[in-house]
Amino acid sequence: MAKVAAKTAPASLSVGRRSALAGREALGAGVKVEPLGPAERVSLRAPAESAASLSRALGVTLPEKPKTSAAKGGRVVLWLGPDEWLVLDEEGKDLLGDCAKAKQLHSAVGISHRNMAISVSGPAAEACVSAGCPQDLSLAAFPVGASTRTVLGKAEIILYRPAADAFRVECWRSFSDYVFTFLSEAARDAAA
Amino acid sequence: MAASYRISGAGRFSHAKVAKFSFDGKPYAGIEGDTLASALLANGVHLAGRSFKYHRPRGILSAGAEEPNALVEIRRDAARRTPNVRATVQELYDGLEAASQNRWPSLSFDVGAVNDLASPLFSAGFYYKTFMWPKAAWKSLYEPKIRAAAGLGVAPDQPDPDHYAARFAHCEVLVLGGGAAGLAAALAAAETGVRVIVADEQADFGGALRFEAGARIDGQDGWAWAQGVVAKLKAMDNVRVLNRTTAFGYYAQNFIGLVERVSDHLAAPGRDVPRERLWQVRAKKVVIATGAIERHMVFADNDRPGVMLASAARTYLNHYGVAVGRNVGIYTANDSAYAAALDLKKAGVTVAAIVDLRDNPSGQLVDQARAANIEIHDGRAVVRVGGKLRVNSMTVQKRTGGGERTLPVDALLMSAGWTPSVHLFSQSRGKVAFNDEVKRFLPGTYAQDCVSAGACNGTDGLAASVDEAYAAGAKAAKEAGGKAAKSAKPKVEASEGWSRGMLGAAPGAGPGTTVKAFVDFQNDVTAKDIRQAVHEGMRSIEHVKRFTTNGMATDQGKTSNMHGLAIAAEELGKPIPQVGLTTFRAPYTPVTFGSIANHARGALFDPTRRTTTHGWAEKNGAVFEDVGQWKRAWYFPKAGEDMHAAVNRECVTVRKTAGLFDASTLGKIEVVGPDAATFMELMYTNPWQKLAPGRCRYGLMLREDGFIYDDGVVGRLAEDRFHVTTTTGGAARVMNQMEDYLQTEFPHLKVWLTSISEQWAVIAVQGPNSRKIIEPLVEGIDLSDEAFPHMSVREGKICGVPTRLFRMSFSGERGFEVNVPADYGEAVWEALWAEGQKHGACAYGTETMHVLRAEKGYIIVGQDTDGTVTVNDAGIDWAIGKKKADFVGMRGMMRPDLVAPGRKQLVGLKTKDPNVVLEEGAQIVADPNQPIPMKMIGHVTSSYWSENCGRSIALGLVAGGREKMGQTLYVPMPDRVIEVEVSGAVFFDEKGERLNG
Amino acid sequence: MLLIHCPYCEEERPELEFRNAGEAHVVRSANMAGESDEDFEKFFFIRSNPKGIIYERWRHIHGCARFFNAVRDTVTDKFVMTYKAGEPKPKKLPGVAK
Repeated sequence: MAKVAAKTAPASLSVGRRSALAGREALGAGVKVEPLGPAERVSLRAPAESAASLSRALGVTLPEKPKTSAAKGGRVVLWLGPDEWLVLDEEGKDLLGDCAKAKQLHSAVGISHRNMAISVSGPAAEACVSAGCPQDLSLAAFPVGASTRTVLGKAEIILYRPAADAFRVECWRSFSDYVFTFLSEAARDAAA
Repeated sequence: MAASYRISGAGRFSHAKVAKFSFDGKPYAGIEGDTLASALLANGVHLAGRSFKYHRPRGILSAGAEEPNALVEIRRDAARRTPNVRATVQELYDGLEAASQNRWPSLSFDVGAVNDLASPLFSAGFYYKTFMWPKAAWKSLYEPKIRAAAGLGVAPDQPDPDHYAARFAHCEVLVLGGGAAGLAAALAAAETGVRVIVADEQADFGGALRFEAGARIDGQDGWAWAQGVVAKLKAMDNVRVLNRTTAFGYYAQNFIGLVERVSDHLAAPGRDVPRERLWQVRAKKVVIATGAIERHMVFADNDRPGVMLASAARTYLNHYGVAVGRNVGIYTANDSAYAAALDLKKAGVTVAAIVDLRDNPSGQLVDQARAANIEIHDGRAVVRVGGKLRVNSMTVQKRTGGGERTLPVDALLMSAGWTPSVHLFSQSRGKVAFNDEVKRFLPGTYAQDCVSAGACNGTDGLAASVDEAYAAGAKAAKEAGGKAAKSAKPKVEASEGWSRGMLGAAPGAGPGTTVKAFVDFQNDVTAKDIRQAVHEGMRSIEHVKRFTTNGMATDQGKTSNMHGLAIAAEELGKPIPQVGLTTFRAPYTPVTFGSIANHARGALFDPTRRTTTHGWAEKNGAVFEDVGQWKRAWYFPKAGEDMHAAVNRECVTVRKTAGLFDASTLGKIEVVGPDAATFMELMYTNPWQKLAPGRCRYGLMLREDGFIYDDGVVGRLAEDRFHVTTTTGGAARVMNQMEDYLQTEFPHLKVWLTSISEQWAVIAVQGPNSRKIIEPLVEGIDLSDEAFPHMSVREGKICGVPTRLFRMSFSGERGFEVNVPADYGEAVWEALWAEGQKHGACAYGTETMHVLRAEKGYIIVGQDTDGTVTVNDAGIDWAIGKKKADFVGMRGMMRPDLVAPGRKQLVGLKTKDPNVVLEEGAQIVADPNQPIPMKMIGHVTSSYWSENCGRSIALGLVAGGREKMGQTLYVPMPDRVIEVEVSGAVFFDEKGERLNG
Repeated sequence: MLLIHCPYCEEERPELEFRNAGEAHVVRSANMAGESDEDFEKFFFIRSNPKGIIYERWRHIHGCARFFNAVRDTVTDKFVMTYKAGEPKPKKLPGVAK
C-alpha cells in the first residue's frame, strides 16, 4: 500500500457542528429556557502560583474565591474548585492557544464540545432552576456572577448567574436532553 | 335536593354559589367553600364509610386532617381515582364524584358486616394466631383473602395522568401551622425582613379560629383578624404563604417536606396546573404551631354515624353553616364541648343534654350553658348509644353506676380533651416529656433549631398562645439575622381556653367489659383489644401497638394514641410515662406517590444518554440496547433480518471489508502534567514512562485488593499528556478512583485529570478496508503502517475538523478509532459512511462488537471479570510492568488466596456440537452424573455464535482452567447436559496477522 | 438531607452534592510491596466502625470535586467538623466532651 502523504482535504469535506439541542425552546410564565450557541471552553487546572501568569495570558483575572467568577470581554472564568476553573469564550477565540502562552505550571484541556449551555432567563428563572437544584439561589446567597458545580434533578450541572434574572446552566452533552427537559417541566410551574 | 341542615346566616361562605356533587351515585348540592364532609352533613348524610375490619358503618368524626372514618374515593375519570381521601379535607367542587369504600353491595347494606357479628373471632392478634398453618396457605389463600376482605380503597390501575411540581426553598423562619399562633409567629418574623414561609394544611388560614366563635383580636373577630394577617403577609416580598400545604416530614437540620395541594379542589384544573407541589424547605429556624387535636370519648358503640368530635360540630356550624343534627347530645370531660353546645343552641339546634363526666363542673362556659337552660348531667357517662346507620339515642348513667336513662338524639358530640400535636416536633427527634398535671405529652428536649408555640406546646388559651408564638417568631427571626421589628404584638381581647379532660376508657368501657368501645376507629381497635394485648404479654407500648395495630392506620393514631396508651398503662398498673409513647414518623398525613416521584418519571425518570450518531442509527434501522444510562446501537437489521442474521452479516462484513461502530460511550480522561507518566504508573499495572508520545498501550487498572477494576487503551499525546480510555460502565468510577488517589495519596504529583468522555465522539472503523475508508478524509496524518503502526495516535484533521486518530483494534482487524469533537460526530460519521459504502462496509452495533472481540479472546471487564478475577486469572500477566515498585493493587494481588493454585481461570470453551450456543452464566461441572448439589467448577462468561468461525464460541472461568486444555467438561441445563472442550481463548486469527492485514 | 460544610467551598452545601468515601486517616504505605499480610489486612480490610465519633472521607463530587475529611457522630448523624484532605486529625473537637 502506497504511503499516504500528509495532504489537505478538499474544502467540500468540511462538516458543520450539530447541537444536541438544536431548535428547542421552552416557555413558562416568567421564564424562557433555550439552548445557547457554541462557545470555546477550557478546563483549566493550576496551582495558586500559576494564577497570575494564566490571568495575564487569558486577559481575565482568575477568581480565587469559591462560588465566584470573573468576566472580561466575551470571556468568563468560573471558579469550580481551589485549583479548577472553567474558562468560556463565547466569541470562539482560541483559549487553548492563550493558555499555552502561560509558562507556569498548569493543565488546559479543551472541552468546548463536552458541555452544552442552556439559558434560563426571566423573572421566574430562579424558581425554575430551584425545581431541581438544592442550593439557595436567592441573590443574597447566589449573587450575580456566582458560579458553582451542583446538581439539577439527577444530573450534574455547572450553574452561573450572569444577571439577576438569568442563569447559564452547563451540563455534559449527553445529559443535555435530560437537563433541558427537566427545565422545561420546571418552567411550567416557575411562576408559582 | 334541598340542603336541609344548612343554617341561614351561619358560616363563612355564600349560599348562592352552589356546587353539585354526587356520593355513591346519588346527586347532592353543596356550596363553594364546603368540604365533602360539610356538604354531606348539610344534606343530613352522616354515613360515609365502612370500617376496616368489622365493616361497621362509620360517619364523620372530625372536621380536619385527623379524620379516621370518612375515607372516600374521589373520581375525576378512569385514571384519576384517588382512594382513601378524607372527606373532611377534600374541598367540594362542582361536579365532584365521591364513592364510599370497603362495602359490598352498598354502603347501607354491606355483606362484609358479618365480620362484626363474628367479631369475637377477630380480636387482637387474631391473624397472627389463626393463620399459622399450613405455612404455604399464607401466600395462596389467607393473605389474598384477608386483603380482599379487609382494607380500604382500591388503587387506580392506570398511569397517573397528572403532573407534579417541585421546589427547593430556603428561608430564615419556617412557620408550621397557620392558626392564630402560627400567624402571630409569621407576622413577628416577617416584619424583621427575613425570609418567612408559613404553611397550613387547610384551605384557609385560621386554625381553631374556624370554630372558636368568641375570639376577638385587635378589635376584630378572630377569624377576620386571621384573614387580615394573611393578606398582610401575602403582600410582603419576603413571605411565602402556603395554604392547602401539609408539612409531612421533619428531617435533619431543619429540612422539612411540604406538599401543597394545588388543584385537587378545582372543578377543572388546567392542563398546566400541577396536581401537587412538593416543597423541600431548608429553614434556619422553625416555629412549630401545629395546635392540638380533640380526643373522642371511649365508650360502647362510640363509632356510630352521628357520634363526632364536639369541635368538629362547631366547625361545621361556625365555618360551614351546617348543623350536624337537630337534636344534639353532648358527652364531655372538659369545658370546650360546652362552647359547641352554646353555639348550636344559639343557631336554633336543640341540645338534648350535656353529659359531663366530671362532678360539679364549674367555670364561665358551664355558667353560660346553665344560663341558656341547657340540661347538664354531671358526674355521668354515656354508656352506649342506639342506632346503627345513625345514632338515635344516648343512654346516660351515673359514673358510679345505677339507673340508666335514654335520651333521643340525632347526633352526639364528644370531647375527652385535647392532645397537643407534637408529631412534627417528635419527627425532628425532639424528646417529648409527660406533664402529669395536665396528662399530656409536651415538647421536652429539642434536637433541632426549632421552637413550639401555642396549643402544640401545651399553652392553653388564645391570648397566651398568641403571645408565646409572637415572641417565638420574633426571637427566631432576630437570631436568623432579622432587623429589629417595629410592629405591635396582636392583642387578644376575648378568648376561650380549655385544658384537662380524660384519657383512656370511659365508665362502661372499663376493665372487665366486652363492649365495642373504639380507641382507633380506622383500624377497628377497641379498649378491650388493648387490654387483651397486655394480658397476652405485651409490655412495651411498641408491642401493644403492633399486636393491636392501634395507631398504625393512615391517620397514624392522631385521635387514638393517648387513649391506647392510657388503657395499656392502666392495665399494666404503671404510670403513663413509664409505658412510653410510640414514635411519630413521617408522613404526618398520607402523601401521594406522585408528589414524591415528582418529575422523576417517564423521560425524566433517569437521564437517557444518546451518542452523537443516535439519529443516524435510528434512521438506519438500529435496534438499541441500554448500557447504563446510554442507548447504544445493538445491531442494524436489514429488511427481513432477525438479530441473528443481522449480527452474522455484520461480523462477516467487518472481517471481509470493514464496518463502522460508534464507540463514543467509552470513558475518556485526559491526564496532563509533568508527573503524568508517574501517576499513570501508579494507577495502571503497565509501565508508561517509556511509552513514546504518539504510541498507545493497553492499560489495566486494579483495585487495591488486587482484582481487575477496568481497562482501556491509552494514547500518549505528549510527554506530559495522556488520552486514557475506560470502559463505558467504568467511566465515572475510574475517574473517581484516580481523583481519590491523586488528591489523597499522591497529592505531591503535578498532574491533573479532566473527563473528556463527551468532548470526543468516537467512530471505530475496523476491517481490512478501514484505511481506504478514512484516507480520503484525513489530512495532516501519514496513515502508512510505517508512519502510523498499530497502537499509535496522531492529531490532525478529518473532514476539515480536528481529530485524535487512534490506530487500534478491538476486532482483531486493521482498525482506527476516529475521535472528533462531539458536535461534528454525526457529520463525520456520515462522511465515513459514504466512503465506507464504496467498499461495501456496514454499520455494526454492540452485539457484533462483542462477538468480534470474543473471537479474538479479548476480555470485557465486568462480563468476563466480576470483581474477583486477578490479572493471572484472566491470563493477561503480560500487562504487568515487572520492574515497577508500586501500583494500585500490586500488594493486593500478592495475597495468599490470590496466588493459590486452583483459582478460576479464563479459558475458551468449545461445545462438542458446534451448533450449540451455551448460555452466559451457565455453570460448569466436571462430572454430570454426580448427585445434586453438584460441585460447580466454573461458569460461562461470554458465549456467541461465530459466523466467522462457523461454530459457537465461548469464554468461561474454570477452576484450574489452563491445566484442563483439551479436557471435556459439562454444562448441565434444565433439559440436557452440554459437553464442552476447554480451549485457548483465541478462536480466530491466533497469530494476530490481520491487525496489519 | 444533611448540610455539609465543605472546607474548600467554605460554606454548607446540600448533601446531594457529596459522596461518602469511607474511613479517613487510613494511610497507604509508601512501601506497599513490602507490607506484611497482617499489615495489608489492617490497611485494606479493617475499619473501626465506632459508635460515636468517626473520622471519614467525603468528596464534594458535584461541587468543587475535592476530597476532604469530616468528623461525624454515628449516633446523632451530626457532623462535628470538616477539614481539608492531608490535614491531621483535629486534637480538639468543638462541642464534643471527651
